[in-house]
Amino acid sequence: MSTVAPQYVSTPFTAPEPEFIQDYSIRTNDLNLWYGDFQALMDVSVKIKKGIITGLIGPSGCGKTTLLRCFNRINERYGNVTTTGDIEILDKNIYDSDVSVRQLRRSVGMVFQRPNPLPISIYDNVLFGMGIHDAYKPLSKSERNDVVEEALREVDLWNTVKDRLKSRATTLTLEQQQKLCIARLLPLKPDIILMDEPCSALDAEGIEKVENLIESLRDEYTVVIVTHNMAQARRATDECIFMLLGEIIEHSKTSEMFLNPQHEKTEMYIQGRYG
Amino acid sequence: MPEASPATEKRFSLRRSVQKVVDFTEPAIVGLIHLCGWSAIIFVMAIFFFVFKESLPAITGIEEGDAVHAEVVKLDLVEFATSPKWIPESAKRPTFGILALMVGTLSVTVLSMLIAVPLGLGAAVYVSEFSKGKSREILKVLIELLAAIPSVVWGFIGLVILNPMIVEVTGEPVGLNILNAGIVLALMSVPIIVSVSEDALRAVPDSYREAGMALGANRWEMVYKVLFPAAKHGLLAAVLLGIGRGIGETMAVLMCTGHSVNMPTSIFDPVRTLTATIAAELGEAVRGDMHYHTLFLIGVVLFAFAFVINLTADLIVKGIKVQGNE
Repeated sequence: MSTVAPQYVSTPFTAPEPEFIQDYSIRTNDLNLWYGDFQALMDVSVKIKKGIITGLIGPSGCGKTTLLRCFNRINERYGNVTTTGDIEILDKNIYDSDVSVRQLRRSVGMVFQRPNPLPISIYDNVLFGMGIHDAYKPLSKSERNDVVEEALREVDLWNTVKDRLKSRATTLTLEQQQKLCIARLLPLKPDIILMDEPCSALDAEGIEKVENLIESLRDEYTVVIVTHNMAQARRATDECIFMLLGEIIEHSKTSEMFLNPQHEKTEMYIQGRYG
Repeated sequence: MPEASPATEKRFSLRRSVQKVVDFTEPAIVGLIHLCGWSAIIFVMAIFFFVFKESLPAITGIEEGDAVHAEVVKLDLVEFATSPKWIPESAKRPTFGILALMVGTLSVTVLSMLIAVPLGLGAAVYVSEFSKGKSREILKVLIELLAAIPSVVWGFIGLVILNPMIVEVTGEPVGLNILNAGIVLALMSVPIIVSVSEDALRAVPDSYREAGMALGANRWEMVYKVLFPAAKHGLLAAVLLGIGRGIGETMAVLMCTGHSVNMPTSIFDPVRTLTATIAAELGEAVRGDMHYHTLFLIGVVLFAFAFVINLTADLIVKGIKVQGNE
């Protein structure tokens, strides 16, 4: 019985046996979504397990980013979005009327394609979420410093930036910015972290570091990651969901999907013959 | 010679060129564009030179009196800057103190900014972040239309509408005062504040909004925790341009302030501004006498105000670029 693989193992990671994981962080049920008249998601029903890294893959325009952006309801900002079906996050339908979007976004953090630290200091970036959720005021100055240090240590950024916490976050390198974007979610103690192609703006070295960081988030957080990069999906995820034209084609363990895809389309895509 | 010099190369290509016309129109157009660019500088320099030249005799001295009793009169600069008395046409002893005029200009401008900045920023936030589609377009057009109203019409509104309203509400005998001019000037500077700060807000990358939103910020928190810090340079520049507008405005304040030289003690006191003084008196001043030259010196003072404000605004806007490069 395999447990969590050591992090130095570079072969595809074997997910913990699914039989033991009855907990699902995210469940969607017949989720349909339209941008105006265009249907971007069709009857999507997925179950995303808790505490593992799940990859969303598929060609451009297949709806993977749309699906990801449903999970914290951030796609509603465009106004012309219609949704039917359910999304249950931690066994609660997020479209229920008693759900506070603010609380939802507290427990479902998001990392974007392009690192987007706010144009304030590194220190304030880490504490920004706490300021929004009123978790900031009761803290003393030293407690705040501890929060910042802990978050930055967790993303392996503390030693690099500890001497310039007050400088603007936009002065960091892209890789450091992306780490900071992950770090600023952590003080809110989210359950789920959504990542929309978090490495696509980085160079190879940055990708490796951020991937290592994502690996280290496993277990403590449920990570859902959209990626265009097949090698990355293979390296860094435990399970993969392959989408095409708004539909889920295949959802299985990454190792299985890449070694033995069940659908012809999946096989063509992961071999680079399609998309 | 390792390589052909640029000159030879050019001549060579010219000789080979079939359409010689094209080769001459190009430099001509480039020259014309250069001229357009430089003309702005030339005009500003020319205006500054003219105003400064006309004001200079007030400082260096003017010959006054008849041919028999000619004497050189100089403007007392200390009195000019510190005396609240502006009595240019006094037969006995003309006094040229612009303190009251400066206080008048500043008090009207400060009051107008107190009204215009919250109003303008609020409108900019609404237009850029809250309104959508058609209503946004209509709002933008209307706000720009506000900027197109001639200042004399604003003065008219101050005289005919605000004046009796202020009299009725406050019980003051006359409604032409700092309050009146401040309100009118505020409405006049709102359009420029709105359009510049709206540009600044719209220039904030959408990714910042998504970052704030994904962390749970509501729209108001987004505005003051994300957008204001991100757009602060542009917003400050907008405010400074509004102030510049306020200081330079002439006709409306001439009509609305009451135009009486006075050190104000409350916003219900009438005042007179630097600009209105020039506008009202230059036509009647005897060309070449002390009064005439002193009015030009006031022009230099206004120039200095405008220069400092615009320079500050410029440096602030440049600040954005520097940080953008980091």
